[in-house]
Amino acid sequence: MKSRKKIKLLSLVVTSAMLLAACSDNDTDPVQPVPVPTPTSVDVTYEVTVTNLTNAQPLSPLGVIIHDEGHLWTIGETASLALETMAEGGDNSQLLALPVGLANASGMAPIGPGNSDTVSITIQDRVDSYISVATMLVNTNDAFTGLDKYNLAELAVGDSQTWRFAALDAGTEENSEAMSTIPGPADGGEGFNANREARNIVTYHAGVVTNADGLDTSVLDASHKFDNPVIRLTVTRIE
Amino acid sequence: MKSQFKKVLPLALSATFMAPLTQAADLDITIQNLTSGMSFTPILAVAHTPDASLFEVGEAASAELQAMAEGGSLDGLASIGATINADALANPAGGLLLPGMSTTGDLMTADGNTVLSVVAMILPTNDGFIGLDNWTIPTEAGTYTVYVNAYDAGTEANDEIRGGGAPGTPGMPVPPPLADAIGENGSGVTTTSNNMTVHIHPGNIGDADQAAGVSDVQNTVHRWLNPVAKVTIVVN
Repeated sequence: MKSRKKIKLLSLVVTSAMLLAACSDNDTDPVQPVPVPTPTSVDVTYEVTVTNLTNAQPLSPLGVIIHDEGHLWTIGETASLALETMAEGGDNSQLLALPVGLANASGMAPIGPGNSDTVSITIQDRVDSYISVATMLVNTNDAFTGLDKYNLAELAVGDSQTWRFAALDAGTEENSEAMSTIPGPADGGEGFNANREARNIVTYHAGVVTNADGLDTSVLDASHKFDNPVIRLTVTRIE
Repeated sequence: MKSQFKKVLPLALSATFMAPLTQAADLDITIQNLTSGMSFTPILAVAHTPDASLFEVGEAASAELQAMAEGGSLDGLASIGATINADALANPAGGLLLPGMSTTGDLMTADGNTVLSVVAMILPTNDGFIGLDNWTIPTEAGTYTVYVNAYDAGTEANDEIRGGGAPGTPGMPVPPPLADAIGENGSGVTTTSNNMTVHIHPGNIGDADQAAGVSDVQNTVHRWLNPVAKVTIVVN
């Protein structure tokens, strides 16, 4: 396309040069400078809405990235440090800063049980990248959930896709439920700690035991139990 | 298997012209253990006719299913499979499939074997198993994913203490790889089985005492929520 345009332009210039040469007495230049079209970026925006389906597990602020390469996690493989940091302490900053990220966005606040939050994320000129979302169930040791690498090419403007997701276990912390190991309001304990690795692979989560169900050392009570699914997640392309 | 495949091949070729809905298929089947702390005994994946079934929710388990669910034995189910001309992929993991791990095998299905079933015992449990029941094999080439739940065969009380895997023997079989992770001297969670039919497993109770208590399973490790397995089927 471009080269054809160039040739066309060139022949125009040549013709007008000839015209000019032919009518040298004409002092008004008929040749208008052809403006080079400046490429304008087109915003492509998605909204991610997450509803917390649990009884008493607040979710940490949503971490959302658009990327081409990589996964936020893979079942059966070891969690990245960025995922571990999010899954143990609810801190999504390292996930948002991943080098593979082409765009990122964060929720403004935790999402309480029964509540929803919507995060917008915008990228320029790309409609075929992938989106991933992660959030921690904060009244646990290292439970998290989210969407890993959904192909945005599936969505035209106005389209949306909805899923319900299960709770996952980062495998980076023993599920002791012990005092001072859980960052959520049930405990106010420690979040991320690079040590304490458990099985050290990401799996589905087995749920919490709680002190109401035979784990006397648990700071959790019956209200903190959950079953799958734990969230409903919708991605909508709005422009 | 191989001789069966040779016999089936001419049928398969004619099927592509005559009966596309019942044609033979070349499948790659991957089973992943999604749980954080449970293991699967040898897995059996079988393609068979839709009128057959390895188990039915709400009905009593067959003796062959019971042997699989209580002790991990595939012998009974495999011999049933042979008599109904099912195509079987047995024990692709070559033993236990540990938490988070995957195993893959090929399954060539004969003409008419249009549904897929997958079973394996879940350890440590008394009679828990993963179950995919008569999933219709798509005729269109592609990759398909199915999430599988944990069932209780309803054939043994879930006492959660060490015992044996033979049908009728109480307690859980404890193969050597799991010996260290499973406690001992539990008094037993229960002695009765309320629902004697195949049903969704209510889950383990467990306890925090490895040397006593009611259960020999660890309550922070040997539990699960559904789904427990992911089955990925590539139709070639």
